[in-house]
Amino acid sequence: MKKITVALAGNPNSGKTTIFNMLTGARQHVGNYPGVTVEKKEGLCKYAGYEITVVDLPGTYSLTAYSIEELVARNFIIEEQPNVVVDIVDASNIERNLYLATQLMEMNVPLVLAFNMSDVAKQNGLVFDIDQLSKLLEAMIVTTVGNKGKGKIKLLDAIGETARQGRMERTHKISYGEEIETELTAIETLIAGQERRLAEKYGPRWLAVKLLEQDSDVAAKVHSKEVLDAVKAGVEHLKTIFADEPEIIIAGRRYGFISGACQETVKSTVESRHTTSDMIDAVVINRILGLPIFLILMLVVFLLTFKIGKFPMDWLEQFFGWAGKTITGFWPAGSDSWLKSLLVDGVIGGVGGIIVFLPNILLLFLAIAILEDSGYMARAAFVMDRIMHRIGLHGKSFIPMLIGFGCSIPAIMGTRILENRRNRFTTIMVIPLMSCGARLAIYALIIPAFFKEKWRAPMLWLIYLIGIALAVICAKILRLTVFKGETTSFVMELPPYRRPTLKAVCIHMWQRGWMFLKRAGTIILAISIILWAAMSYPRPSDELLAGLNPEQAQQAKLEYSTVGRIGRAIEPALKPLGFDWKIGTALIGATAAKEVFVSQLAIVYAVGSAGEQSQTLREKLQANYTPLTGFCIMLFCLISTPCVATVVMTKRETNSWPWALFQFASLTILAYIITFIVYQLGSLIAG
Amino acid sequence: MGDKQLRPLSVVKEGETVKLATINAGQGLKSRLTTMGLLPNVEITVINNSHPGPFVISVKNSRMMLGRGMAHKIMVT
Repeated sequence: MKKITVALAGNPNSGKTTIFNMLTGARQHVGNYPGVTVEKKEGLCKYAGYEITVVDLPGTYSLTAYSIEELVARNFIIEEQPNVVVDIVDASNIERNLYLATQLMEMNVPLVLAFNMSDVAKQNGLVFDIDQLSKLLEAMIVTTVGNKGKGKIKLLDAIGETARQGRMERTHKISYGEEIETELTAIETLIAGQERRLAEKYGPRWLAVKLLEQDSDVAAKVHSKEVLDAVKAGVEHLKTIFADEPEIIIAGRRYGFISGACQETVKSTVESRHTTSDMIDAVVINRILGLPIFLILMLVVFLLTFKIGKFPMDWLEQFFGWAGKTITGFWPAGSDSWLKSLLVDGVIGGVGGIIVFLPNILLLFLAIAILEDSGYMARAAFVMDRIMHRIGLHGKSFIPMLIGFGCSIPAIMGTRILENRRNRFTTIMVIPLMSCGARLAIYALIIPAFFKEKWRAPMLWLIYLIGIALAVICAKILRLTVFKGETTSFVMELPPYRRPTLKAVCIHMWQRGWMFLKRAGTIILAISIILWAAMSYPRPSDELLAGLNPEQAQQAKLEYSTVGRIGRAIEPALKPLGFDWKIGTALIGATAAKEVFVSQLAIVYAVGSAGEQSQTLREKLQANYTPLTGFCIMLFCLISTPCVATVVMTKRETNSWPWALFQFASLTILAYIITFIVYQLGSLIAG
Repeated sequence: MGDKQLRPLSVVKEGETVKLATINAGQGLKSRLTTMGLLPNVEITVINNSHPGPFVISVKNSRMMLGRGMAHKIMVT
């Protein structure tokens, strides 16, 4: 079996992911490119004696040095030398999509073009002369329909064929016109003489083009002063001729090459594919209707998450209850075994308490995946831009914030789509205010415990809205103070609406659900055990327990433990918020990961009242706290202390500990102040 | 066509088709717009221009959304 590597390149919205899914199925591995937080997806595929590693490059329009994604894609192609690069082209939007192909041609890689969404192109009356186009672009072309799984075999055949041929010199070069070509030739000659190693690796022509484009990454690789001087002189010369940056002229020539190629080979019976999309958009991004539609959609998402998620959640709860009882049964009644306590209270109580929220989290991610794949997410950014602009951010900031409803970590990573540093930092700072999936676990515990059936969904909605409102206020404040400066505007493509496919949505949902499960199995398991230990030790001596009844003894043991002591120590500070030391200990756990709050509380109560096993945690909470306290718990968890992973990610993305600690501290202080006010006012009103 | 006056894209009405002349922006931004197909002489149709808020335009058969600030910087005829 011959091993080869295939890289998938393509514009955003070209259906790259559907092709990736088509080739690799669910056998995918998600990681990061080394050193940067750009997601790297890899998958395996076996075909006709080849074992193909498929690497999904980030979706890009070009391969410049202006964005991290483009650099990552470019470096992967140059450094890793994949056997074949497949460029996924949206066939219904061919000119724009071929721009990337021209860059790949210039890099002289073994190239296959997948004309994806060819069904849509056909519907729109586009007819391609594939043979002719294939000759002009010197690459095999295959038509595919990724979301229907069509063209897989043909694509694999083309990959195999191209891999066999290997790297070849191209005969067709994009001609940049006499003036630019003269400069290019001069620079090429200099490079070939002075920078031999570079020339061998990258090819002198590609280097020369990139240098004239004033590509900072390539320029930094060149050491020869003579080359750099020639480039500088060339750029100046071209600027005076064209009265524009050489880069723009070069891009124009590439587009010229494409339209030349398309003129001969693409026939169109001209019908815009956007008519249906435009009709939907007339309503969905309407000035008056847009925002209400968005808000209603969000409410529907939360209703579904909660209502449908309830059933599998009940089953899981019953399962863990049964598992706990079964394990307890292995020991004689009333046994004080530490192993039993570790398994039942630590592991099952802790990890089980988290896993019951898996249905909620899967459903939320399902909804987000559907919104993303259908194309609505880009519209949501559009609708929100008006509001975002007013608080000094732009609509695009809204996307990472939306991802923040799932988890702050990918959301903070997602802020890389923002070019402006001030915008980006502001967005990172307020992302933890978006209620993440882990906090959903807390709300899902608290809300049914304290609020009647009909108030539950609105309550959840309210909590989410409070988070959004606070994010808005904080962002505004930050933009007026720390991150003062002009708001930059943005460009974004609005993809036509598409029906999301079940397979793609399931893969998205599963990948994220799996990340959650992995966390439950690793970090949360470890923390649960540490917390269990901190809660069980040190144990008071028997003399101290003498004369107490069993319940008092349990209480005394807990108070004597490490956690009990810390909880007690911070209790005076938490009292004005309506929290006792048990909640305090749970909050300490929550800094490790938000969902630990739930497992921690479960352990505190299981340990603290071993006599009444029959009661569920919710009943215990109900008996011990008022709805006001319940609300304050949610409020505090919403605002306070982003989890450790978030702090670490903020540090990584801002490249600064002070910013990460600033975020941590200021959010915690804010949480304290707001919860304090709400609890005190609420107590006054309640009398 | 005659000499139509240079004006920012932001003042173009919905449904109107214009030609791009220049973009008054820094190199990075300009380059990004160029790679997305916003080149001199390209035809731009304004699809949505609702005040206040971003713009939707059609370029080379794809829909693009621009911030209003950006629409001020793009000069068309």
